[in-house]
Amino acid sequence: MSDQDPHKPKRELDREFSELYRSHLRDVYSYAYYRVGDHHDAEDLTEQTFLQAYRHFERAQRESRGRPLRPWLIRIAHNLAANLYRDRSRKPASPIDETTSIAALHTTEQLVEGRDELSRVLDGVRMLPDDRREALIMRFALGMDNREIARALGRSEGATKVLIHRAIKQLEELIGERPGAQTRPEHSSANGAGPGVPEGARSDD
Amino acid sequence: MTEAATYLEGLLREALAPVEPPEDLVERLEGALTSITEMAADELEAWELSAMRDPRNWVRPAAAVLAGGAAGGALVLLRARRRAHGSAVQSVRWPDVPRSAERAVRELEREARRLLGGR
Repeated sequence: MSDQDPHKPKRELDREFSELYRSHLRDVYSYAYYRVGDHHDAEDLTEQTFLQAYRHFERAQRESRGRPLRPWLIRIAHNLAANLYRDRSRKPASPIDETTSIAALHTTEQLVEGRDELSRVLDGVRMLPDDRREALIMRFALGMDNREIARALGRSEGATKVLIHRAIKQLEELIGERPGAQTRPEHSSANGAGPGVPEGARSDD
Repeated sequence: MTEAATYLEGLLREALAPVEPPEDLVERLEGALTSITEMAADELEAWELSAMRDPRNWVRPAAAVLAGGAAGGALVLLRARRRAHGSAVQSVRWPDVPRSAERAVRELEREARRLLGGR
């Protein structure tokens, strides 16, 4: 009760919470899905995240001092996911549902060409230590920059940059170690240079 | 950064493409927030003013007022958005919580004045 800011109209807070929900529902769900590995748990985690966010929204807003609240939301989801695993004393019950995640998001043509490769990448991501895996999910599924990831994980920006660098390096090694692994398309040139992939929200490292 | 790493990052972006939340989750989530609202309102309604003579009991209903009011307002906005998208959820009941909250606050104020001797 003492957290209530007498200077901020409740209606304004409500509007801002609605904005937060609308803007980041997909982010939270995507994070939850890749983090826990199945849709049912991802739904529960998303629901719990927003309920908890609602309870602490005003304080978080005050303490954020105008900074984006997405890292705070993802941190809630991160903590809840950790609790879920602790309670169940296990890793994700089932591998990320590749059929759903890939099939839902790529055309048939892309599936034929890239399914094996994408499956290997997902397998590799699953094998990473938790913190590295989470950093990659935040970077590539949510498009978060180093600063946001650092806030979500409670680390410095420098440490986050190193974390992501090591995650990618380890993933590269994991994929390379696997039988039949190939991190480049078959039509790559002899010197190993692939056609590349369009650059998107690339990290700042 | 090596070319292989650049290529791998491209693959990561594809493999970890954002996932749209299912529609039933959206409905369930909004329903859950509504439940919180209703719980807060019910708590206020059930609260007997006689129990309010002890100031130590004031905190809980006052917190319920705040919780109910905030959730209600937020959900009204969410509902407006869903209606705008033509996907209204008929089964969800939307209580007039802000009004209930205001009423409860006024009740508390009156009771406090009474207990403090009409000041």
